[in-house]
Amino acid sequence: MQALDPLFPLLGGLLIGLSAALYLLANGRVAGISGLLASATGLSSELQSNAQVPPEPAPQLARAFILAIFVGALLAAWIKMPDIVVTHRLPLLIAAGLLVGFGTRLGSGCTSGHGVCGLARAAPRSVVATLIFMAVAALTVTLIRQFGWVL
Amino acid sequence: MKKLLTAAFAGLLFGAGMVVSDMINPARVLAFLDVTGAWDYSLALVMAAALVPSVIAWQLRKRMTKPLFALNFQVPTRRDLDWRLLTGAVLFGIGWGLVGFCPGPAIAALALGQRSAWIFVAAMLLGMLLHRVLMQRPVPQSDASQPRS
Repeated sequence: MQALDPLFPLLGGLLIGLSAALYLLANGRVAGISGLLASATGLSSELQSNAQVPPEPAPQLARAFILAIFVGALLAAWIKMPDIVVTHRLPLLIAAGLLVGFGTRLGSGCTSGHGVCGLARAAPRSVVATLIFMAVAALTVTLIRQFGWVL
Repeated sequence: MKKLLTAAFAGLLFGAGMVVSDMINPARVLAFLDVTGAWDYSLALVMAAALVPSVIAWQLRKRMTKPLFALNFQVPTRRDLDWRLLTGAVLFGIGWGLVGFCPGPAIAALALGQRSAWIFVAAMLLGMLLHRVLMQRPVPQSDASQPRS
């Protein structure tokens, strides 16, 4: 894998940040993908909400957001197709998917909601969550790559 | 209608951002997470650049009484740390480190027809369903009577 020209991560990050900024200022909500996805697919646990937690994003808005991610990715890939190098090991993909799905719901957010949105407003829960999932992910990669832990 | 269009435009920007930044590539994400190996710092730049508009927006939000197209801001207000947040972050971290997909990049990769991404997203939705089934608890009487803001 070749090194990236820093222009791309900077420009791509800017687009992600603009997306979060627009969604907040126009629609008044946090652009967290795990929450949007759960809402769009009807998988959010509504009853868990209480007065302190805002209701899940409206399903129609969440669906528009998620479908537009498909379109945005396709448009950008049409200009330049990205390399997507990912493991083909089925048990690993399934285990990782289950952990990410369950974990982001239990922890109320992922890289976008806690990372991009939560850090930007210095929300204590998001700062802690981001530090934890970054550290745990780095530890997981290190155990696999440096110590040969294979699952 | 305006809300739908802005949601769609925000999604468009997000999806393009996934591809342009190369976050869509799990190999790149794992190289960023591999801090003791040949560390690839690109994703730190993605995060830093994403925070710029986001920080500005949250500052602007303080001066606004309501968003442009919605009736009110519906953003999280909790500040306490509970076991759900901490455990959830740990589980998510393990899953992210195993393959290199988090939710945003995974659905962007799914759109580009990556078979692995389809499998990952199917499992991720199953994980969300499991959460809904296992963690759903009835709202206590006192909470149920409060309006959800």
